[in-house]
Amino acid sequence: MAQSYLWQDGTLRSWLLTRDHKRIALLYLGSITFFFALGGVGAALIRLQLLEPTGAILSDAAYNRVFTLHGVVMVWLFLVPSIPVTLGNFLVPLMLGARDLAFPRLNLISWYLFVASGLLVLYGLFWGGLETGWTFYTPLSSDYSEGRVLPVVLGIFLNGFSSIATGVNFIVSIHQLRAPGMTWYRLPLMLWALYATSVIFVLATPVLGITLLLLAFERLFRVGVFDPGLGGDPLLFQQMFWFYSHPAVYIMILPGMGVVSEIVSTFCRKPVFGYRFVAWSSVSIAAIGFIVWGHHMFVAGESLYSAIVFSMFSFFVSVPSAIKVFNWLGTMHGGAIRLDAPMLYAMGFIGLFTVGGLTGLFLASLAADVHLTQTYFVVAHFHYIMVGGMVSAYFGGLHYWWPKITGRMYPEIWGRLAAALIFFGFNLTFFPQFILGFEGMPRRYATYPAQFQILNVLSSAGAGILAVAYVMPLVYFGWSLFRGARAPDNPWGATGLEWRTPSPPPTENFAETPVVTTDAYDYGELDARTGVADSGGAHHV
Amino acid sequence: MTWLPEASAHAMRIDILLAGLTIISLAVLGLVFGLMGLNVLRFRAGRTTVTARTQAEHKGWGFEIAWTSATLVIFFGLFLWATQLYVVGFRPPADAIQIYVTGKQWMWKVQYPGGQREINALHVPVGRPVQLLLTSEDVIHDFSIPALRIKHDVLPGRYQSLWFTATRTGSFRLYCTQFCGLGHSRMTGTVMVLDATDYAGWLNGTPASGSLAAAGEALFIRSGCSGCHASSRYAPDAGDSSRAPSMVGLYGSRVVLADGRAIVADAAFLHDSILDPPRRRAAAFATDMPSFRGVLAEDDLAALVAYLQTLSPTLPPEAGN
Repeated sequence: MAQSYLWQDGTLRSWLLTRDHKRIALLYLGSITFFFALGGVGAALIRLQLLEPTGAILSDAAYNRVFTLHGVVMVWLFLVPSIPVTLGNFLVPLMLGARDLAFPRLNLISWYLFVASGLLVLYGLFWGGLETGWTFYTPLSSDYSEGRVLPVVLGIFLNGFSSIATGVNFIVSIHQLRAPGMTWYRLPLMLWALYATSVIFVLATPVLGITLLLLAFERLFRVGVFDPGLGGDPLLFQQMFWFYSHPAVYIMILPGMGVVSEIVSTFCRKPVFGYRFVAWSSVSIAAIGFIVWGHHMFVAGESLYSAIVFSMFSFFVSVPSAIKVFNWLGTMHGGAIRLDAPMLYAMGFIGLFTVGGLTGLFLASLAADVHLTQTYFVVAHFHYIMVGGMVSAYFGGLHYWWPKITGRMYPEIWGRLAAALIFFGFNLTFFPQFILGFEGMPRRYATYPAQFQILNVLSSAGAGILAVAYVMPLVYFGWSLFRGARAPDNPWGATGLEWRTPSPPPTENFAETPVVTTDAYDYGELDARTGVADSGGAHHV
Repeated sequence: MTWLPEASAHAMRIDILLAGLTIISLAVLGLVFGLMGLNVLRFRAGRTTVTARTQAEHKGWGFEIAWTSATLVIFFGLFLWATQLYVVGFRPPADAIQIYVTGKQWMWKVQYPGGQREINALHVPVGRPVQLLLTSEDVIHDFSIPALRIKHDVLPGRYQSLWFTATRTGSFRLYCTQFCGLGHSRMTGTVMVLDATDYAGWLNGTPASGSLAAAGEALFIRSGCSGCHASSRYAPDAGDSSRAPSMVGLYGSRVVLADGRAIVADAAFLHDSILDPPRRRAAAFATDMPSFRGVLAEDDLAALVAYLQTLSPTLPPEAGN
C-alpha cells in the first residue's frame, strides 16, 4: 500500500514546498489555530474588562485596540478562511475522487499570501495598534484615527487574494475533477456549500480590495472619496464595505452548513432529506446574500426606499436557511441516530444557528432594528451565527474527519464532554447579551452604566467556561496524535468517497480512481459494498 | 436592574413588535428543539431496526413547499408590521419643536430655538413632538435614546432628523452608539422630559443670548448671505431675486434643482446647501454659491437654519420659544 501523505517525506522543506492539498490543509490548520487562539485572548480581555462598569483591567485606549484586534483577527484570519482552507482543502479532492485540486501551486501560494497578510496585520495591531473596530468606518479611519490603519488594511487586502485563489481553485476543481459518474446531483452537500462559498469569494472579495485600497489612498493622499470635508461621502465607504462584508457572513456560515449536512446524514444513517432543496438553498443564500447589505445601514442615513427594499430582501435570505434547518430535522426523523461528538456539535449548530437566524429577523425588521442595532443585541446575534453556528460546525467537522486526517481516533468521551461544555458556555456568554442589547447597552463601550453589571458578569462567567471548553479539544487532539486508537478507513460508516481510501490517505489519495454509481448518502449501496449489515457505530464506544 | 422604561407611545408600539417577534421565535425554537429531542428519543441507533435507505425520499416536495411558503407568509407579515413603524420616523410633524444637536469627539452640544445651549443633556416637554436636527463636527456618531426606542447616525456635513413625542416625564439615558474613537463610551448624557410648567421654567432659567433665529439673522448679514439672497428686511430688497433665490418662503417649499430633482426645502436641505451648494443649485439660477464649509461652524449653521425658517410665515416657525 502507498505511504500516507503525512510521513512520505518528513523534511521541513517538503512540507513548506508541498503541493499536496492535504498537507496545505494542515499548514492552514496550524495557522488559523494560532489566530483563533490570539482572537480568543482578545475576547478574554474584553470579557475581563467588562466585569466592572468602570472597566476592570484596561484603559479606554487599550480596550478599543483589543476589540479591534479581536474582530480583525477573528473575521479575516480565522472565520473567513476556517472551514474552506482546512477541511475544504483536505476534502474537496477526496470527495470528488480526485488526486489534488485543479491548481496545486496556486493552493500553496494562497497559504503563503495568507501568512504574509497575517504577519502584516499583526505588525499593525501590535506595533502601534488600531482602534477603529474591524469595520474601519470613515472618516474615523481615514482622517481621525491615530492607529496603524495602513498595515492592517493592506494586510487584509493581501488576504483577499488568498481567498480568491482558494475560491478559483475550488470552482475549477468541482467543475473539472469529478470522478466518473459523479454528477452535480451526486455531489456531497459539503461540496455544494463550498461551491457557493467559492462563488462569493471570487465575486465579493475584489470589492473589499477596492474599498480598502481607496481607504488607504484617502488616508495617504487625501483624495476626497470618503471625507466630507473634501467633498467625499462617508456613507459610500459603508455601502462598499458591506457589499463585501455581508456576503462574507455567508462565506463564514455556508461551509458550516455543508459540514452539518454531512454529519447529520452519517449519524442518522439516512440520506439528507430534500437533497436538492438543501443544495439549491446554498446557491440561493449566496445569490440573495449579495443584495441585503443595506440592512447594516438602517439608521446610518440611507433613504427610506433603500431601507424598505433591503429589509424585504433580508427576510427573503432567511428562507433558504430555514429550509436547511427543517431538512436536517427531516433527516433525523426515522433515522438511526448516534450521538457521537460530531453529531452533538451538529445539533448544537442547528439549535444555535436557529437562535442566530431568528434574532436576525429582529434586525431585519426595520423599526425593531432602530432600537436594537449597534447594541449588544447585535453582538449576541452575530456571535450566535459565527461562534454558535460556524465554530460549532468547524469543531464538529474537525472531530468527524480527524480520523481521516490523522489516522487516529480522538477520545470519544472527552469529545462529547467538550461539545456539551461549549454549548453551555456559549449560551451563558451570549444569551445575556440579547437582554443587555434590548436594555440599550451600546457595543464597543470600554465603560458602561452600573445597571448593566449583573448581565455582564454572567456573560464573562460563560466566557470563562467557553475558554476551558475550547482548550480541551486542543489537548485531546494532541494526545490522540500519539496515543489515539488507529482509525479504520471508515470509522463512522459514512458514504463519501473520502471514506473509501485509507486513514490517513496516501499522497495520491486513491490507488485507483473511484467510480460513482449512486446518489450521495446511499447507505444501502454502502452496506452491499462492504458486506456489513450495520457498518455504523460498531468500531468504538 | 430596572427594566427599560417606555417613555413614548412609539416605544410601546416597538415593544409590542418585539414581543411579537419573540413569541414567533420561541414557537420556532420550541419546534426545532422539540423535534430534535423527539427524534433523538425515538430514533436512537439500536433502538429500532432501520433498513438502510438507498434513495432520497421524493415524497418530500409537499413538505418543502409547505414550510417554505409558511415561512414566507409569516416573514412578509413581520416585514409589513415593522416597516410601517419605521416609516413614521421619516415624517416629523410640522409643529415639532426643532432642537439642534451637534456631536463632536466626545460630547453632544445642544442648541434650543430660544438660544439656550447645553452639553450632554437634552430638555424636552412631555406630550409635544420634538424634532432633533443632528450633525457632527468630525467623525460619525450616533444619537440613541433607548427609552424612546430610537437612534440615528450623526454624520459630518449633513443633517439627519430624528423625532419623538415623549409621553412620560423623567430622566433617561442617551448614548453615542456609533464607535467614534477614544472616548466613545463617555459620550453619553441625559434626556430630561419635563411637564409644560417645568419646561417653561427651565427655558426661562437657562441663560440665552437672544433666540437662535436672532443669532442667525445677524449671521445672515455678517456672513454676506444678504448680499445675494433676499430676505425681505435687508438688501437686496424683497423683489430682487435675479442673482440668487429669495429666502422668503423658501423653507417648506418645493425646489427644482439644476439636475432635475424636485426636493422639499427642509432644515436638512438648507443646512446641506450652505455647506455644499453646487450639488443643490436651484434650476433657475446660473451662479454658483461658494461653500461655507470651514467658514461657518455647526453652531452657526443651526442658527442660520433657524432664522431661514422664520421667513416662511405660513408654516409653523420655530415652536417652543
